Amino acid sequence: MEHVPMTAAQPAIVLSGIAKWYGTRDRPVHALSSTDLSVGEGEFVVLLGPSGCGKTTLLRMVGGLIAPTSGRLTVEGQLLWQGEQRRPEAVSELGMVFQDANLFPWLSIEDNIALPLELKGMARAERRMKAHELCRLVGIGGFERRWPRELSGGMRQRAAIARALSYDPKILLMDEPFGALDAMTRDAMNLELQSIWMDTGKTIILVTHSISEAVFLADRIVLLSPRPGKIDTIVDVPIPRPRRSDVQSMAAFQDIALALRQRLAAIS
Amino acid sequence: MSDLAPVGTPPSDVLARRQGLREGLLPWITTPILLGALIGLWHAYVKWSGISHFILPAPADVWTEWLRLMTNPRGWNHTYWTLYATLAGFGWAIIIGVGLGVAIARVRWLELTLNPFIVATQVIPKVALVPLFVVWFGFGVTSKVIVAAVLAFFPILTNTVLGVKSIDEGHRDVMTSLNATRWQIFRRLELPSALPYIITGLEVGIVLAIIGAIVGEYLGGNLGLGRMLIERMNAFEMDEMFAILIHMSMLGFLLYFSIGILRRLLIPWHGSARR
Ligand SMILES: Nc1ncnc2c1ncn2[C@@H]1O[C@H](COP(=O)(O)OP(=O)(O)OP(=O)(O)O)[C@@H](O)[C@H]1O
Ligand SMILES: [Mg+2]
Repeated sequence: MEHVPMTAAQPAIVLSGIAKWYGTRDRPVHALSSTDLSVGEGEFVVLLGPSGCGKTTLLRMVGGLIAPTSGRLTVEGQLLWQGEQRRPEAVSELGMVFQDANLFPWLSIEDNIALPLELKGMARAERRMKAHELCRLVGIGGFERRWPRELSGGMRQRAAIARALSYDPKILLMDEPFGALDAMTRDAMNLELQSIWMDTGKTIILVTHSISEAVFLADRIVLLSPRPGKIDTIVDVPIPRPRRSDVQSMAAFQDIALALRQRLAAIS
Repeated sequence: MSDLAPVGTPPSDVLARRQGLREGLLPWITTPILLGALIGLWHAYVKWSGISHFILPAPADVWTEWLRLMTNPRGWNHTYWTLYATLAGFGWAIIIGVGLGVAIARVRWLELTLNPFIVATQVIPKVALVPLFVVWFGFGVTSKVIVAAVLAFFPILTNTVLGVKSIDEGHRDVMTSLNATRWQIFRRLELPSALPYIITGLEVGIVLAIIGAIVGEYLGGNLGLGRMLIERMNAFEMDEMFAILIHMSMLGFLLYFSIGILRRLLIPWHGSARR
């Protein structure tokens, strides 16, 4: 499959002048200063940066979970925030995956995955079928009837990804989805995420602390710097797809990783 | 894996199952033994100490009386009324406790407004109010239902509030990002999430409800096990009084046990429902 980033007529997500202040007990925190960013249809963008630089803040604003203090944010051409008010029709194309899988412990794996479909009123049999299909896609086939607590951390995270995929949103927002996993599992999950992305052609924004994860997955890496959070540099990753786990030893990969590491050291 | 295990060791899944079985069976063996020992002790004490029959009857006599109670339609009628007052009061306590609990946990000003009153009604010794209820609501079953409800209400309310407040923020985020309606959030997140807490409240509440019903019966009317017990006591029929006491305890045990079953049925996913 050929992947063509950034050529679609209309970008999937556009942030113009988006800024966030948190009101706290003493004085307001400037979490993100005025930010402009445009994410193309089908593009894989990774947000990278030191702790506290506003990655989660940015992602949660795009995901419709917290209102920006100022600026304009559109998703698939639709305005997402009308002041503090979220416009529900703009959220329908968004799927979120959090750092914790956030599965509901009272639902079986298949019911967790099908939860979005249930909320949308899909019939039970149809939901079940879709959930089974997704379980196979993310590699947890055969665990449909288990409780979340009976799965390992990596398997739960796969289920969370399947849940976000279930209603086929055009955009996936992922906040350190593999942060809690060991290096081996993480590499495997990265490979799988890449293939899911290539198969489905979704737009993905993923937050990570890991430089190698960023270079492995991204079309573009957005490097953020803290206090207040802002975009420091944007790095293109022109490594061809599909990338295999051994790209890590390629010169191009190592050059990008090194440049990022130096820049990160400078801004932290 | 299996060829690494020592010869003669069953596979680990068999061991795990066996351990589960052992733990499941243990109370079925130890409880009767302990119970038997206690009754034996009771029997021996009555026999050797020469204690008056009017203070402590022998277990065998109590047993005979209990059998008579069980075959006596009057006994069952009293049991029915006690059970009725307990369950009706408990039902009201659930409706009001859970309803108010959810509202209080969600609406901050409601909590701030009602909290002093709820605490006040709790620190008043409610059992002391029973005579007042009898004056207000008569000697019939209504006053017993109300006493049972008032006693059972508080633990159900506080546990519901705690349950709804303890909902994981990450779970809320999931529902918000899925554009769930208020009703969907209640039905699919808040209710199941608070259920383990609510059931814990029910477990405490059901025991208080039966206490409430019986205390209500002590003080007025001519129905229920509480009434029956007072009558027997006034007649110095200690065998029968003890039989009724044991009957009451078993009723309480049965009700408490039913909530345990409810726990397993409603929240099989929760750690507390596992053995
Ligand atoms: N709810 C909040 N109230 C007040 N301040 C907040 C809140 N959430 C975040 N902040 C502040 O905003 C800044 C950015 O936080 P954010 O969580 O977006 O960082 P991050 O880049 O995701 O960090 P990490 O990599 O550690 O997850 C931090 O200084 C943080 O203290
Ligand atoms: Mg974060």
